Amino acid sequence: MESTNDQQGELYEVFIQSKPGQSFKHAGSVHAFDKNMALQNARDTYTRRNEGTGIWVVPSKEITALSLEEQAYFVEPSTDKIYRHPTFYNLPEGVKNM
Amino acid sequence: MTVQAVIEQEKLAQFEAKIENEIKIEPNDWMPEDYRKHLIRQISQHAHSEVIGMQPEGNWITRAPSLRSKKILLAKIQDEGGHGLYLYAAAETLGVSREQFISWLHEGKAKYASVFNYPTLNWADIGAIGWLVDGAAITNQVSLQRTSYGPYSRAMVRICKEESFHQRQGYEIMWRMMEGTKDQQRMAQDALNRWWWPSLMMFGPHDTDSPRSEKAIQWKIKRESNDRLREKFINKTIPQAELIGLKVPDPELRLNEDGTYQHGDINWDEFYAVINGNGPCNKQRLQHHIKAHQDGAWVRETAAIHQQKMNNHGKH
Repeated sequence: MESTNDQQGELYEVFIQSKPGQSFKHAGSVHAFDKNMALQNARDTYTRRNEGTGIWVVPSKEITALSLEEQAYFVEPSTDKIYRHPTFYNLPEGVKNM
Repeated sequence: MTVQAVIEQEKLAQFEAKIENEIKIEPNDWMPEDYRKHLIRQISQHAHSEVIGMQPEGNWITRAPSLRSKKILLAKIQDEGGHGLYLYAAAETLGVSREQFISWLHEGKAKYASVFNYPTLNWADIGAIGWLVDGAAITNQVSLQRTSYGPYSRAMVRICKEESFHQRQGYEIMWRMMEGTKDQQRMAQDALNRWWWPSLMMFGPHDTDSPRSEKAIQWKIKRESNDRLREKFINKTIPQAELIGLKVPDPELRLNEDGTYQHGDINWDEFYAVINGNGPCNKQRLQHHIKAHQDGAWVRETAAIHQQKMNNHGKH
């Protein structure tokens, strides 16, 4: 499929923190040739309207993701332990602050 | 049936169940080859449109009538570049590189919205583009927020948040001209006359002449048909024109009893001529993109060498 020698850098994933104290959320991706360029491109692409102050950039190839084949059984153990949820428990009528 | 065929069939059934239940398809999910191909074509065409669309407006940055309007136009055009990037990133998740998309554009193998092949002759055109071209794009993009492909949908949500400023700035330009001198009013009306029909063409051929649409709607890549979206755009735009004293250049336009509008025939010969490269500015737009890309090649080459040096340095 490739018919070009052009290069546009590596792919980085961008995570934005909307306010101090909030968790970082995936915003999208950018191309860059190094970390600093990735940060600058992320700022220009994803924070033109006060979307956030904190920015993380991570080379996409460094991200380890669950494979599609693993998905079903890998997360399966969490579904059969309903006693991990507070709603599982019976409580006496009238109990407060619980 | 072979084992392989059974597995394929099962995957297709899972895919169709997700589409049915409004569960987004993500990059690593199995998808039919035609679904992938349709998305690659549609999203890259959308991305190219955003980027090529910077040119007709860029024509007026140095000639904007005030510092206020120059700053606004710069911000708008920067947004369009950003929108192109969101969309290229979404398209890349389908397994085609950014470099490849750009080279398909330069080879004439990829299309972009035909509306950007019309010239911007005066300042009123900047108003007409923001109001009508962005207005038509918003109508389409609001609907596409619900597209079945996750990365495309997320790009659309982000873009829609930014687009309404674009339309308002365009309408404000038209309104101010309609409040101005007779000459300014004539300019605004002339711009509407020239941009109205190309804006309606942005929604694509009539549903009866749009062969790919059916599958795209079935897979929920597109959520509403070309004609339905065009109708929505017309219905909201005509009262906006009337409010500031502009007249839509369609002698056959009629108000239906249900409050919707009936429009005259669209000149599809013109649409296909422009799509196929024979619009007023096709050559100029593509050549400019190729030149800008080539002029920037040394920056990318230098950056790539720098990157390699830093990587080698890191290994010692």
